[in-house]
Amino acid sequence: MNISLDPWIWISALLTVSIFSFLYRDNPFYRFAEHIFVGVANGWAVTFYWHNILVPSLFDPLFRRGQLLLIIPFIIGILYLTRFIPRVSWLVRIPIGITMGYYVGASIPADVQAYIIKQTQGTILTSQNFQAWNAGNMGVVWSIILFVGVICTLSYFYFSKEHKGVLGITSRIGIIFVMIGFGAAFGYTVMARISLLIGRLQFLLGDWLGVIH
Amino acid sequence: MVAIAPPTDVYASDTPDDGGGVVTIQWQLSPDDAYLDGYEIYRSEDNVDYERVGFIGKGRTMYEDETEDGTNYFYKIAALIDTMKVYSETSKPVMSSAQWIDRNKINIIIAIIIFGAFILYFTYHARKGKELYIRKIAGLQAIDDAIGRATEMGKPILYCPGIGYMEDIATIASLSILGEVAKKCAQYDTKLINPHVEPIVYTVAREIVKEAYTQAGRPDAFDPDSVYFITDLQFAYAAAVDGIMVRERPATNFLIGWFRAESLILAETGASTGAIQIAGTDQVSQLPFFVTACDYTLIGEELYAASAYISKEPILLGAIKGEDSGKLVIVGILIAASIIGLLTTLPILNLFR
Repeated sequence: MNISLDPWIWISALLTVSIFSFLYRDNPFYRFAEHIFVGVANGWAVTFYWHNILVPSLFDPLFRRGQLLLIIPFIIGILYLTRFIPRVSWLVRIPIGITMGYYVGASIPADVQAYIIKQTQGTILTSQNFQAWNAGNMGVVWSIILFVGVICTLSYFYFSKEHKGVLGITSRIGIIFVMIGFGAAFGYTVMARISLLIGRLQFLLGDWLGVIH
Repeated sequence: MVAIAPPTDVYASDTPDDGGGVVTIQWQLSPDDAYLDGYEIYRSEDNVDYERVGFIGKGRTMYEDETEDGTNYFYKIAALIDTMKVYSETSKPVMSSAQWIDRNKINIIIAIIIFGAFILYFTYHARKGKELYIRKIAGLQAIDDAIGRATEMGKPILYCPGIGYMEDIATIASLSILGEVAKKCAQYDTKLINPHVEPIVYTVAREIVKEAYTQAGRPDAFDPDSVYFITDLQFAYAAAVDGIMVRERPATNFLIGWFRAESLILAETGASTGAIQIAGTDQVSQLPFFVTACDYTLIGEELYAASAYISKEPILLGAIKGEDSGKLVIVGILIAASIIGLLTTLPILNLFR
């Protein structure tokens, strides 16, 4: 056993243990760590946004390099702060409208391409897609399973009719596909979380307590 | 000293279908390509002084160079072995520029037009008073019961919209549901707790909740401190919301929006407090955690349909009906394209690049 003498390791380890103590119940140690965490996160965020976004992307180009067009986003951004002045707080709806309009416009084409066009391309039954599975003759089987899975899953998310008759059968098959997918995702994600826990335990038992090397 | 032949037919052109600032240079390989280290790309604005702008390995016949729009450039390619270089002929001058339309994305425009037309059609009919049917969605039917339970117990409702940004469709859908939940909270005089991780989402949510209280005829009941920003760091936010769950003991937790790793932390903590939990996200990796730890889960598009289902607003109902029609079109395309793909040699997949 070779306990660390580095004060920063101690601070880090005690905060980790304080957060882990929530597994037992809410307690003063957890509250202390929680408030430190939130406070530090906010302090870090303010400096991050100032140095990485506001100064290089707005203040420097606008005030030092004279890119006057940036006055428009500057004013739009400032309007967010009007909500602190009750008499003109309605002005906050202008940047909200602009932000939502921009984001929706930007995300819809990207989502249509990623989630509709590309997924459709990968699902169509063609000899080219059969080979994409790199599974020899089994590529045909996997492609058919995928094709049936996609159509049945789409039928589950069809809201315009009660799920009865043929639609009831296909939607039932569809939700089975969905749950199998969730099972795979669950296992995969839990595995990743376990590796995070192992990393933290290695820190506590290795870097802090020196029990393991 | 071994003589090597240079690459030939150097051709530089403005890269098509882009936002400008890029020139594509193509050439025929040197006959001695197999012995080369690679090719160096040289650029000049006056065809006199050339600067090296890139290197690419042997066997390659194309390079994309970042340029300034509106300036003429000349290119030549050098075949390289160790320190020995042999230069090609110079290309004709080329100038990069931005294009108005990316032809590779025409299929996206067509898809958006088709979906948009369906949505407009159904919205028009919904506004005319035509009743549009939407099947029951279990998680949504529980919302009224969950809010009623909180009211009876005299406990607050926690609405957590996740950690997404305004561009995330799940976040937008979540804010629509938040508006409806806030209306019911106003009607029942139930306390709402709505903590946020993203400043812009927070600002939008605050306006939505305020508007909901006004629509419910209770603008005086709106508590500005009920919607608040905590921090924009994912796990600090999770730690804080966990604290809220165990200290405020909400009777109902809504975990609806865009979530990542904090989903299980929040859902497990909420379950341990005995709260009814209604969750929803379109994040496939997080849905399994909600399914296992929450009472009701809105899966993917159920989340998008939720706000229409609750509010019965014609515009939202029209959107759901339009999306359903879009799904039928997709199923039709899948079947038709598969038949064509199996029976013919037409390059059907190219339509979906």
